[in-house]
Amino acid sequence: MSSTTEIVQASLARRYKAESRFRLYGIVAISISLSFLAFLLISITYKSIPAFYETQVQLTVNLDAEKLGVGASPDIKAIKTANYSGVIKGALREQFPDVKKRKAKKELYSLVSVGAQYQLRDFILEDPSVIGTEQTIWLIADDELNGLVTAVSDVTDIGDTPTRLSEQQRGWINTLQQQDQVKTGFNYTFFSAGDSREPELAGIKAALIGSAWVLLVTFLVSFPVAVAAAIYLEEFAPTNRWTDVIEVNINNLAAVPSIVFGLLGLAVFINFFALPRSAPLIGGIVLSLMTLPTIIISSRAALKAVPPSIREAAQGLGASKVQVVFHHVLPLAMPGILTGTIIGLAQALGETAPLLMIGMVAFIVDIPQSIVDPATALPVQVFLWSDSPERAFVAKTSAAIVVLLGFLVVMNAVAVFLRKRFERRW
Amino acid sequence: MSTSTTLNDIIPGSPAIQESTKVDDVTAMLDSIEGTVGTTRVENPKMEMREVDVFYADKQAIYDVDLDVARNEVIAMIGPSGCGKSTFLRCLNRMNDTIPICRVTGSITLDGVDINTREQDPVLLRARVGMVFQKPNPFAKSIFDNVAYGPRIHGLAANRAELDEIVISSLKRAGLYDEVKSRLDAPGTSLSGGQQQRLCIARTIAVNPEVILMDEPCSALDPIATARIEELIDELRENYAIAIVTHSMQQAARVSQRTAYFHLGKLVEVGKTNDIFTNPQHDLTENYITGRFG
Ligand SMILES: Nc1ncnc2c1ncn2[C@@H]1O[C@H](COP(=O)(O)OP(=O)(O)OP(=O)(O)O)[C@@H](O)[C@H]1O
Ligand SMILES: [Mg+2]
Repeated sequence: MSSTTEIVQASLARRYKAESRFRLYGIVAISISLSFLAFLLISITYKSIPAFYETQVQLTVNLDAEKLGVGASPDIKAIKTANYSGVIKGALREQFPDVKKRKAKKELYSLVSVGAQYQLRDFILEDPSVIGTEQTIWLIADDELNGLVTAVSDVTDIGDTPTRLSEQQRGWINTLQQQDQVKTGFNYTFFSAGDSREPELAGIKAALIGSAWVLLVTFLVSFPVAVAAAIYLEEFAPTNRWTDVIEVNINNLAAVPSIVFGLLGLAVFINFFALPRSAPLIGGIVLSLMTLPTIIISSRAALKAVPPSIREAAQGLGASKVQVVFHHVLPLAMPGILTGTIIGLAQALGETAPLLMIGMVAFIVDIPQSIVDPATALPVQVFLWSDSPERAFVAKTSAAIVVLLGFLVVMNAVAVFLRKRFERRW
Repeated sequence: MSTSTTLNDIIPGSPAIQESTKVDDVTAMLDSIEGTVGTTRVENPKMEMREVDVFYADKQAIYDVDLDVARNEVIAMIGPSGCGKSTFLRCLNRMNDTIPICRVTGSITLDGVDINTREQDPVLLRARVGMVFQKPNPFAKSIFDNVAYGPRIHGLAANRAELDEIVISSLKRAGLYDEVKSRLDAPGTSLSGGQQQRLCIARTIAVNPEVILMDEPCSALDPIATARIEELIDELRENYAIAIVTHSMQQAARVSQRTAYFHLGKLVEVGKTNDIFTNPQHDLTENYITGRFG
């Protein structure tokens, strides 16, 4: 008795020391990974800030019919093709009458985005009676201007903030700012437009909708197929060499590089079945191939975890195999299956390589309206923008990543909600 | 071997305590078991088992067992752990079908009809031969749905009122209704262990089977819950044939009319419960009920 006590007591200190050592390792490991994550998130969010702002410049434009190059009572087609750029340039010259040199004029014109023309066009289309009057309206500014005014408070003293704007241009901006003709607000364009060559006009919406379509297809294809496969393999299939082979292959499939699936999609769906290129339909099917093994494996694990006593109880009452599975096992396994599905879909959401192979890397301006419209996806958009030379696209890239992460968070939240609902029942 | 004294107190007339039996002796005795001591057959049986062998892969778990289950009677199956009581019980409603490596030979009949033929549907059989398991295993559903599940899948109730009627009467017969009537929507798993087991019994009788198999139904329960279930078994006997596996000799003595003693897969002795406990014929039976092994 006492000897046991002594022996145990002697080893107690050692045991506790081992425990606290292990805790320390754990805390260090978690801190390291958390700090990496925090660093990543902070740097991306910080870089993305300018992309969420949009700067506009207030100009007084002379909507003279002659200057617009349209008749006195123009039809819609004439309005659409009117010379807005000339009007805007005129307004800028009016604002800064001292600018005479050709090169300086060009610099002056570049303060306003080419998108301003479309703004002006829409403004007139809305109410053609403004033709012939003088209007003071806000027009979207160039991306460099936006980048600078969101970065520094005084554009004449910018320190070493990188910018392409010349000193002269900054002087003009300063003048405009003094007269309260520059305003910066939330960038709605970013969330309402498709891609564009001009950073200030480029939006994420096309990619966001594209990703949503792709994920919808992926879910609709992979979830039923994977769950059915998992149920069959786990509950109905005999254990023999064939099912072993299938099992090994499913596990291998989970490790196949995603670009291979892209090649497969290209060869099978586009070249053989002649389905439309760049469409979310194919993107979704290709990504389903990737998500399938993930969902199958986790669904099987979830099915396996259902206690055998539940099956026995149902069978003992005379439930058939199918009834046992669908009335008892599947509902209990559902939270696990959903978790696996979300993990699979999250992977699919972040996947770029296979989408490149099937042409979803195209420059998409229009919002895709269906699963067969040409589309791109969020990660591909990130990839595209990160390749663009304009500085403002750096911010856009980060902003697209933020949107991608936001999408993920929303998806996970939905999953947690669904899981809670399934679990809360019992 | 002090436990045998208590047993002696409970079951008066047990044979005097003998020397502890050695394992070698047991093996020798087992080899010497030829057939079963006592009458394995009854008149007009509900179920008949003839020459039943059960194998798990190559390993034999039941050797050549003959046994009848009589109508309106409780038969208790006792024996040391691992002797094949559960295996044998599970033959009676073909639950062993669910274990791929398990193979049953010999003939088992219900009302004179072989249950192991291809034509016999295990689903129908299990509706007629219900089972209560050792561990309470309510479904992850409400108390009501637990009991209603069997009638629902078999289509026993024509409408909701009939279903309510079946559920309530089953709960009443299982002696659970008063405790749960205010919360039939609560999950079955929210009940205590004893209540869960009575729920499982209610669930089984809701299908209105002809035979009820119980595999150590009280092993997870306290004495009060056990007593309630024993009472219940006694009442159920009026309408059903019941086969119960138990590790408690007292329980076997209390609830059963006949007792079968299994040892290492063989049916050693069968007889009227009274006779088995007061005057066992076989040495193994005697050793077991006097608490010398098991
Ligand atoms: N699923 C199985 N696979 C292989 N062997 C099994 C299986 N189930 C039972 N056995 C074997 O069959 C023999 C009888 O087991 P069984 O469960 O019928 O014993 P038991 O009498 O019910 O024991 P206990 O009183 O402990 O419940 C044991 O040797 C056991 O190892
Ligand atoms: Mg058992």
